Amino acid sequence: MTAVEAPAVPGGAAAAPPRAPRGRVGLLVTAIVVVLAAVPLFLAPFATTTLTRILVFALFAVSLDLLVGVTGLPSLGHAAYFGSGAYAAGWVSINVTAEAPVPLLVGGAVGALVAALTGWITVRSAGVFFLMLTLAIGETVQQLANAWDSVTGGANGLTGIPSVRIAGAPLTNAGFTYWYVLAVFLVGFVVVWLVARSPFGAALRGIRDNEPRMRAIGYPTALYKYAVFVLAGGVAGLAGSLLAAQARIVALPDLGFLTASFALLAVIIGGAGSLWGACLGAALVIVIRDALGPSLGGHGTLVLGAVFVLVVYLLPRGAAGIRLRGRRS
Amino acid sequence: MTALRCAGLRRSFGALNAVDGVDITVEPGARHALIGPNGAGKSTLFKLVSGTMRTHGGTVELAGRDVTRLSEVARCRLGMSQTMQHASLFGSMTAAETVALAAARHGGGRISPLPRRQPAVQERAEELLEGVGLADRRDVPVPALSHGERKQLEVALALACRPSLLLLDEPAAGMSPAESARLLELLAGLPAEITVLFVEHDLDLVFSLADSVTVLHLGRVLLSGTPDEVRASEAVREAYLGAGRREELFGS
Amino acid sequence: MLVSVLNGLAVGFLLFILAVGLSLVFGMMDVLNLAHGALFVLGAYLGAAFSGSWGGFLAALGIAAVAGLAAGALLSLMTAPLRRRSHLDQALLTLGVAFVVAELLIIFFGDDPLSVAAPPALDGSVTVFGAVYPAYRLVLIGVGAVLAVVVYLVVERTRVGALVRATVADRDMVATVGIDNRLVTTAVFAVGSLLATTAGVLGGPIYGARPGLDATVLILALVVVVIGGLGSVRGALVGALIIGQVDTLGRLMLPELASFVLFAALAVVLVLRPQGLFGGPVAAGAR
Repeated sequence: MTAVEAPAVPGGAAAAPPRAPRGRVGLLVTAIVVVLAAVPLFLAPFATTTLTRILVFALFAVSLDLLVGVTGLPSLGHAAYFGSGAYAAGWVSINVTAEAPVPLLVGGAVGALVAALTGWITVRSAGVFFLMLTLAIGETVQQLANAWDSVTGGANGLTGIPSVRIAGAPLTNAGFTYWYVLAVFLVGFVVVWLVARSPFGAALRGIRDNEPRMRAIGYPTALYKYAVFVLAGGVAGLAGSLLAAQARIVALPDLGFLTASFALLAVIIGGAGSLWGACLGAALVIVIRDALGPSLGGHGTLVLGAVFVLVVYLLPRGAAGIRLRGRRS
Repeated sequence: MTALRCAGLRRSFGALNAVDGVDITVEPGARHALIGPNGAGKSTLFKLVSGTMRTHGGTVELAGRDVTRLSEVARCRLGMSQTMQHASLFGSMTAAETVALAAARHGGGRISPLPRRQPAVQERAEELLEGVGLADRRDVPVPALSHGERKQLEVALALACRPSLLLLDEPAAGMSPAESARLLELLAGLPAEITVLFVEHDLDLVFSLADSVTVLHLGRVLLSGTPDEVRASEAVREAYLGAGRREELFGS
Repeated sequence: MLVSVLNGLAVGFLLFILAVGLSLVFGMMDVLNLAHGALFVLGAYLGAAFSGSWGGFLAALGIAAVAGLAAGALLSLMTAPLRRRSHLDQALLTLGVAFVVAELLIIFFGDDPLSVAAPPALDGSVTVFGAVYPAYRLVLIGVGAVLAVVVYLVVERTRVGALVRATVADRDMVATVGIDNRLVTTAVFAVGSLLATTAGVLGGPIYGARPGLDATVLILALVVVVIGGLGSVRGALVGALIIGQVDTLGRLMLPELASFVLFAALAVVLVLRPQGLFGGPVAAGAR
């Protein structure tokens, strides 16, 4: 029995850098960014707001993909860091300042901090145990947020978050908020993309493929997993601060199981390991949940549940070949 | 100073003493073979030496330094590296990427979290692939390599860790005679300063390559000596096949 | 203190009934059934819908049992085509099912929390060693203990149970010796789900029925299973009783941090003994 298996992700951006001509890819990326930037000039405010939400959720999904697709750590509790970042950014905006980089930095830092506090236990486990532990952590963080209502507003959520201000001017218009979110999204995406393509990213893929072998060639894998866990938490916290800026309210479900599961769904729809794919998956999730949800009687979750089931059956390699090290590794 | 010294190594699984007080000394630059019938404890001993399994007693010294309590990661940093019995590589990488992974770790630089050209690492990976005869297969994904090529890649991966002690766990297992011959050539050409300890069932390969041999039987050292001493040993013959079949075992 | 211990026992037995199915299904099929919590909540809503009379309570138990059997068999059939895929695929499949079930329950029952009354004559309190204690919970301890003993005896002492244990220990070996265990695995899935819905009906008067309960209950069950070791009935029993006590004691002494205490217990076990207290070394996926 050989431990070599087929590549996890065929042509995924993070798994195997596409060997397409550099110029053409560059052109495509530029075109996408230009179209994204021009969107508020053409779309109605509602559509712009939906697109803003998509970008927020996409950055969250991309941070999760760093764990799931690149490192092979399937997390069901990643919303804990997204939500922590959102609460922190919201709290700072209300109580200290909403001036531009502050809520962002605080959100990212708190997301990373919470990940740092909880991550050391999770990275010592693997496979379904990792799934269970992250699930338990997510639920625990949610309950802590519920209990700490003097800061989080408890079951009512954190309301009355002011608009982000840039150089003193609040971003009251949906279009300005969109541009702000887009800019941060692009920065976050590029950071994750760079990390995935770096020597560190190669080591993460090595861990995903074969962790014992990585240890044998001298990589302290737990440390690497911890580092990427904290980084992913930080990027999720950054996405959370965007949520606070866009929705202006942060509530318990943003920390919870459902949000975490939808992010995982987004990653898997897009083909784990592909950062672009995760963004498209996030778009699908948000469109079903927020845009189509009301016309489905508010039961977008029902549709997403069905999508989950379908995706698992339809994806030819399963959930992008993420290997869970279970009993029979 | 010895390259590797094991003293009183023990490991049991329930009531079974798989390794039961083993002493082994490997001199620097040696080609030291570890042989023994099935169930002799070779694989367990190997895991104790490489650090992938915890000992239940005894010590492992690498170049005079006690590494018994160190993980396989730390042992690798101190110059111990290994190939696995079942080629165990990275399913989403090419041959060159695989070797680069180890070369980057042992190239002196740190592992950067940002993309960066690493000409020294690339060069070293090329060199190692060339050394094991895989230069023209550098961009082939690992799953597309043949079994023999994977074992060659294993050797390149282990050498990329710049070992002073190389552990080879059944390097020729599952190989065709042609592949086996190529492997022998490759191992025989390793730099003299690298000490090699290997487990192997193919006794032709053992006696072509080894300059010292340790025979394990039922978790204990039956005999340590030169290949000639092992060939001549009555006890080894009995352990393997029972009396009277020595000619068959060692051929001539 | 006595009240807390009794509460812990009640919760513990309830958790055992809930978790044993999860544990055996994982042990036998490597399927981590994330819909297990939703099945519990299904039972709780059924209990809420029929609460108020003994007839209703028993009807809820009966319907929940049938629904549980059917749901388990269906889940078993749905995951069967994914046997050769990764555990994550199967887990995600059951996660999708969990969403669908939870959402359907909201459509039928609304999203307001429902409280569930204990059956008549059990809704009062009795005095136990000088402490006033709800009668229903006392009965629950008794029923839970009986169910636990029955499940334990079936798995540990009967032929079918031996086959179940053998499949947990080495599935391929059981298949190699020519036993077609598909029927057994489906049956275990069905009965495990039946126990989950039954636990939901029984637990209704304690937990109520509300959206979001499925995740809470699922995590409690996962903690029990992880602590007890995947696939071990004895482990699930001990784990459930420990968690029952830890949870109630935690809520009593550190109400704000109760969930944290639980998580800490889980973390300590996973770090010290990744294979659980009773799991064999093969069950270790964590290091």
